[in-house]
Amino acid sequence: MSQKVQDYSDTSSWSYHVDESFYADLDRFGEVLRADWPAAGVQTAREAEAFLAREARLIDEGRFNDWLELFGPDCLYWVPITPGGGDPRREVSHAFDDCRRLTDRVYWLRTGLAFSQIPQSRTRRVIGNVEVLDEPGSGLRFIRSNFIVNEFRAGVAKTYTGWYGHVLAPQEDGWQIRLKQANLLDSEQIHENLTLVF
Amino acid sequence: MVVSPEISSPTATAASDIPWRDYVRGDRVHRTLYTDERVFNEEMVKVFGHTWVYLAHESQLPEPNSFVSTKLGLRPIIVTRDRQGGLHAVFNRCAHRAATVCREESGVAKSFQCPYHGWTFKNTGELVGAPWPQGYGPDFDKSEFGLGKVTRVESYRGFIFGTLGESAPALADYLGEARPWLDYWIDRAPEGEVIVRSAAHRMGYRGNWKLAFDNAGDGYHPSFSHRSLLEMASRMGDSKDMSYFGKTPDDGPMKVYSLGNGHSVIDQRPNFEGPGSIWANQRPQPGREKFEELIRARYPEDADRLLDVSAGAQINLSIFPNLLIIGNQIQVIEPLSVDRTQLTWNATTIGGVPEEVNTMRMRTQEDFPAFGEPDDQANFEEVQRGLAVTEEEWVLMNRGLNVDGWQTIDENGVIVTAVTDEIHMRGYYEEWLRLMNGETQ
Ligand code: FES
Ligand SMILES: [Fe+2]
Repeated sequence: MSQKVQDYSDTSSWSYHVDESFYADLDRFGEVLRADWPAAGVQTAREAEAFLAREARLIDEGRFNDWLELFGPDCLYWVPITPGGGDPRREVSHAFDDCRRLTDRVYWLRTGLAFSQIPQSRTRRVIGNVEVLDEPGSGLRFIRSNFIVNEFRAGVAKTYTGWYGHVLAPQEDGWQIRLKQANLLDSEQIHENLTLVF
Repeated sequence: MVVSPEISSPTATAASDIPWRDYVRGDRVHRTLYTDERVFNEEMVKVFGHTWVYLAHESQLPEPNSFVSTKLGLRPIIVTRDRQGGLHAVFNRCAHRAATVCREESGVAKSFQCPYHGWTFKNTGELVGAPWPQGYGPDFDKSEFGLGKVTRVESYRGFIFGTLGESAPALADYLGEARPWLDYWIDRAPEGEVIVRSAAHRMGYRGNWKLAFDNAGDGYHPSFSHRSLLEMASRMGDSKDMSYFGKTPDDGPMKVYSLGNGHSVIDQRPNFEGPGSIWANQRPQPGREKFEELIRARYPEDADRLLDVSAGAQINLSIFPNLLIIGNQIQVIEPLSVDRTQLTWNATTIGGVPEEVNTMRMRTQEDFPAFGEPDDQANFEEVQRGLAVTEEEWVLMNRGLNVDGWQTIDENGVIVTAVTDEIHMRGYYEEWLRLMNGETQ
C-alpha cells in the first residue's frame, strides 16, 4: 500500500472517526444549540457575523472549494429531515456529510455532470438573529442564526427558510467548522431538488 | 406518423369512451398520457382505485388504535388499526359536509372528531354521534353516515394495500410473481422484520407520476442519467456500486424480469459474488471503516452477512402502480396533479441485527436521494418540458422488441431479458390499459 492510502488520518479519504463518540458529540451540540444563552459581547458577535457572512458569500458565489476549506477534518455538514435534528442513528437526513462525504459533495457539484445542477442553482442568502456562545471548557464557539435562502434554477425561484447551528473550533488563525447544521422550517415536507448547498 | 386526436380537444368524447388502445401501442405511448388532465383524473379513479395500491407499512401502525394519514390517488384516507389490531382504511372525509376529520400525519386514536361541527367517528368508520341530535328528524340513521371505506384492505408481510375494486384478485395473487422478490427483500432481515420509523425523503418533481414508474424498471439510463454519481464515486479510485451499468450492460449478468400484472424487477445481484461483496462495493458512507472494524471484531462468523444487509438489496422491484422497492427503501409514488408528483423514500431499519447495522443503513440510504435521484428527477422534469411539443406525439418503449436472443420466458410466464430492454414499460402499460378500459382480470 502506498503511503497515501495508509494515512487513515486523512478524513477526506477515510472515515474511522465517525464512531459512537462522534454521534454523542452531536447530541451534546444539539443540547447546547437549544439552550438559552446570555448576550454575547460586541466583538464576539461581530466576529461571528463576519464568519457567517463570508461563508454565505462563498456558497452564493459557487466557490465550493473555498467553502470546503472552512471545515475541519472532523466536521459534519448536516441537513436533518426531522425538524430540529432527531436522532441520526435512527433517522435519515437530507445531508449527513462527514469530511469525506462533503468532499464528495463538492466534487459532485463540480463534475459538471449533475443534471440536477444543470443549470446551476443561483442562490443568495440573508442571515440574521445571530447569537453566539463561547463555551469556556471546550473553547468551542456556538452560533445560532436564522436564514432565508433564495434560489433560482431552471426558470423557477424558490425560498428556503430555517435556522443554522454552527459549532466552530478555534485555530491559530481563526475558526474552523466542526458542525454546520441547517434546519429547514419544513425539512420533513415535500421538496423539489434539494441539491443546492444550505 | 399517425396523428391521434388530442384527448383534450373540444371534439374529444367523454373520458370513459376514449379508445385507450390508440394511445398505448405495442412499442410506444401517446404524449397526452403524461400531459392531459382528463387522463390524470381518470387514472386517479381507475388505476388508483380499482387495483391494489400500496398504502402504508404495518410498522407505521405499531399498536392498537394507531393511524396513518395518507392518500389513495387523490383521496385523503386514514389507515387505522382497531383495538384488536385489525387493519382498516377509511376516507378522511366527514360524512356531514366533507371536511377532513383527521389532520395529523400519524398517531393513536380510538375515534376521530370532525373539527368542523363535531361529528365523531370510530377509527373503523362508524358514526358514533352528531352534536345535538334533536336537530335531526326521527329518520336519521347513524349507520348510514359512517366514514366511507376503502372496501378491501390486506397486508402482505407488513405491506398494506387497499383497493375499491371488488373484482380485483386476492392481494397475494395480484402480487403474483413479484412475491418471491418481495420475500427475498423482506427476508434479508434475519427475522423478516422490516421497520419504517425514520422520517422520509419526500421528493417532489414537476412531472407526471408515470415518469417515476417508467424509470424504476429502466436499466438503460444509469450510465447516463447517473454520470455525476459514477464520477463522484471514482474520486478515490474505482467507481463502486452501479459502475457495472457502464459500458455495455446488456452483455453483463444483470437481467430485467417482467413479472406480470404490471410488476417488474431489475436484478443487480449477479454483479456481486459471495458474502461481503455487496458491502465491498458500497460507496463510502460516513463511519464505514470504523463500522466494518467493529462488526468484524464482534461478529467474526456473521460479519459478511451483517455488512451486506447494511447496504442495499441490489434489486429494483416495481409493483404497479405505486410501490418501488429500491435498495433498502420503500419508495411510494404519490401523484399530485398531471404534472406534479411526490416520491416518498421511506428508509427502513430491520430487526434482529445490532443497532450499529441500522445506523449504517441510515447512512447508506442517504446516498442515492442526495446524489442519484435528483439527476433522474431533473430528467423527468425535462421530459415533461419536452412533451409540450404537440407535433411529436409518441414516447418510445421499443428497445428490446424483436431483438434476437434477448427474451426467454419461464414456466410461470415470467419474461427474462437484457437489462436495458424496455419491457418494464410495455408490461405495465398493458396493465394500465386493462384498468383504464375497466376490464376485469
Ligand atoms: S363537516 Fe364534519 S361535522 Fe360538519
Ligand atoms: Fe435512476
